Amino acid sequence: MNFDFSDDQKLLKEQIAKFLTDKCPVKVVRRVLDGNEAFAGEVWQGLVDLGVPGIAIPEEYGGLGLSPLELCVAAEEIGRAAAPVPFDTSVVLATEALKLAGSDAQKKKWLPLLASGKAIGTLATAEGAQTPRPSNVRTLFGGGRLNGKKVPVADGAAATFAIVLAKNGLVLVELDQKGVTRTPVETIDPARKHCEITFTDAAAEPLGAEGEGWRLLERLYDAAAVYFAFAQVGGAEAAMYMARDYALQRQAFGRAIGSYQAIKHKLADCYVKLELARSNAYYGAMMLSDGGADLPLAAAAARIAATEAYDFASKENIQTHGGIGFTWEADTQFHLRRARVLALSIGGPMAWKDKLVNRLEQKNVMA
Amino acid sequence: MDFNDTPEEAAFRKEVRTWLDANATRKSDDKAAFRARNDDPNLLAKAKAWQAKKAEAGYARMTWPKAFGGRGASPILQVIYQQEESNYLVPLGFFDIGLGMCIPTMMAYASPEQLNRYVKPALHGEEIWCQLFSEPAAGSDVAGIRTRAEKDGDDWVINGQKVWTSGAHYCDYGIVITRTDPSVPKHQGLTMFFLSMKTPGVEVRPIKQISGGANFNEVFFTDVRIPDSQRLGKVGEGWKAALTTLMNERLAVGLPSGGLDIDELMELARDTDLDDGPAIRNQQVRGKIADWYVQQQGLKLTRYRTLTALSKGQTPGPESSIIKIVAAPKMQDMGAFAMEIMGQGGIMKEQVPHAAGFQAQWIGGAGFRIAGGTDEILRNIVAERVLGLPSDVRVDKDIPFNKMK
Repeated sequence: MNFDFSDDQKLLKEQIAKFLTDKCPVKVVRRVLDGNEAFAGEVWQGLVDLGVPGIAIPEEYGGLGLSPLELCVAAEEIGRAAAPVPFDTSVVLATEALKLAGSDAQKKKWLPLLASGKAIGTLATAEGAQTPRPSNVRTLFGGGRLNGKKVPVADGAAATFAIVLAKNGLVLVELDQKGVTRTPVETIDPARKHCEITFTDAAAEPLGAEGEGWRLLERLYDAAAVYFAFAQVGGAEAAMYMARDYALQRQAFGRAIGSYQAIKHKLADCYVKLELARSNAYYGAMMLSDGGADLPLAAAAARIAATEAYDFASKENIQTHGGIGFTWEADTQFHLRRARVLALSIGGPMAWKDKLVNRLEQKNVMA
Repeated sequence: MDFNDTPEEAAFRKEVRTWLDANATRKSDDKAAFRARNDDPNLLAKAKAWQAKKAEAGYARMTWPKAFGGRGASPILQVIYQQEESNYLVPLGFFDIGLGMCIPTMMAYASPEQLNRYVKPALHGEEIWCQLFSEPAAGSDVAGIRTRAEKDGDDWVINGQKVWTSGAHYCDYGIVITRTDPSVPKHQGLTMFFLSMKTPGVEVRPIKQISGGANFNEVFFTDVRIPDSQRLGKVGEGWKAALTTLMNERLAVGLPSGGLDIDELMELARDTDLDDGPAIRNQQVRGKIADWYVQQQGLKLTRYRTLTALSKGQTPGPESSIIKIVAAPKMQDMGAFAMEIMGQGGIMKEQVPHAAGFQAQWIGGAGFRIAGGTDEILRNIVAERVLGLPSDVRVDKDIPFNKMK
């Protein structure tokens, strides 16, 4: 039985944690939230120097050629810090999409740039306030040109290219071109910038075969669900300990509020959800790194458990803080916002629960 | 990451399988066998025979020192034995409290002569032990017990009542916590003893549970006289001894096995109509199945994390403290929901496959949420021992027991 990360992986985790504790304290998250920076440039550069964007990129494409497990430990620490960097977009979604569906030429061109942080990629699927489905996606690709509108797109303004979900497949579009207009949009989490992107006869190229877009997207989401789960586990743990620390220090009715069972049981529930999420995330990581047949089920379970754990811990953190937790100056808001952004960006819990049961049914048919 | 055995573990697993194949019958269907086994009237005799065979082969308590019939082995080997044994049709469960909690307490406090007398018969299933702790007025707050032991010459005389004593009706010996000094605060006036359940003045009355079964008992003590040599630990240090026992209880806690779970719930949801088609097409049903699947997997995988630490010879983290907090309400809620899928007919026994099973979980879950640490006490333990939050304010901590209201 070896259901844990290796000593080397734990060392890498500590290294990234130490860097983020030093260079990405909450005041950095606050700075990006309150300002107009696309992301925290110095934090991103530090992660690039540590090799984080290239962890799971093969060496032949300029990466470190490590396994998904190393990227999972990095995701957990980045989530813990609620770091305002294009990790979920560039390192997870764009990189994994290229690894999954990119042609050799596309991989040769983009993966080294992603590994070195010289390019930032993102994924654009949503077209407003509804879940993208084959019946409602209007963005269309044809004759090497893309037309349509995607909103919200995370890191859209900073990105060098986007993987775009068109009605007829996934396409790769460079964003610094005449046919592309980018307009910032306000979201619930200003620490992660989003924008609207309009494509008007923009030059684009297919990523993967035509008509395969939805199938590829599903596979991409399975991998992303595992990495996101680790980021959510890190964030949930941070929110839980923020609440714990406050409960130890805050006095009411003559004693620390953390001595009341109403608070203790709430925080115990945070811990229970966190450990269920962590265990499911570990299994997702194991399936991802082995190419195991159980990945679709493991990814869905990790996604559901981690989303629940982070949403719960981040809102109960505010509740534990009481009124001060609801102020702009408190540090409780960062996890609340990030928890919801992560919960919705690759499909929310409702969609994943349905997917999980579909997959259970398929597994039972096969068995 | 992998779920594989180390070479040493694999070799041991093979040895165990060979032994089990030679001595027991492999289960064809886990759950049917599990239920059939529990209905066997000769279960106790069969369990004793199996325990003897197992002890003879050195598999009964592998982590114990060789002098006590163990192998001084790593806990992971004991787990591997249990994993393998669970695939065979063998009667279990009668010895867990005695060997998991009582005998380890004896090992900490009894004399070499006493250990020489009692350990082997317990290990070989010849004598079964129970734990006499809870009382009508002391459940979660077990230090509040009132059963008195008074010194009389070289003897102690015990009067009082215990309750929720699992297995007392078939047990031969027990460890009992008593109050020997009511004039000091409650934790300080306690003393632990062991005694034969056949000692004059001990009376066992089974308690019929709401589930219909009777696994627990009331045990009455009327002028029960035992020698001072049966005292475990010093006079007034019974709480320390009780903590030794309870620490072993936590190590012994596992998942309930053999119950209905996601597979059966899905089977029921496929075979039962709801709305305009099978229940499994209903989005609310799907949502519940997904939530419980995530919990079921989460518990199994959490256990694997603990086993990983054991396999590496490390002390496991606190993650296994979530298991009963999740498993008990899940059992209760899933049972209730399965009944709801069947509509009003869900209240009838044995109408469709699994109906009675889910009803048993629904009603049994109510007990499981209380036994061996309530939902609430377990959350206190997580909050205090894992998260480092302060313990409750104990208003009775410094008051002499006989001055308490």
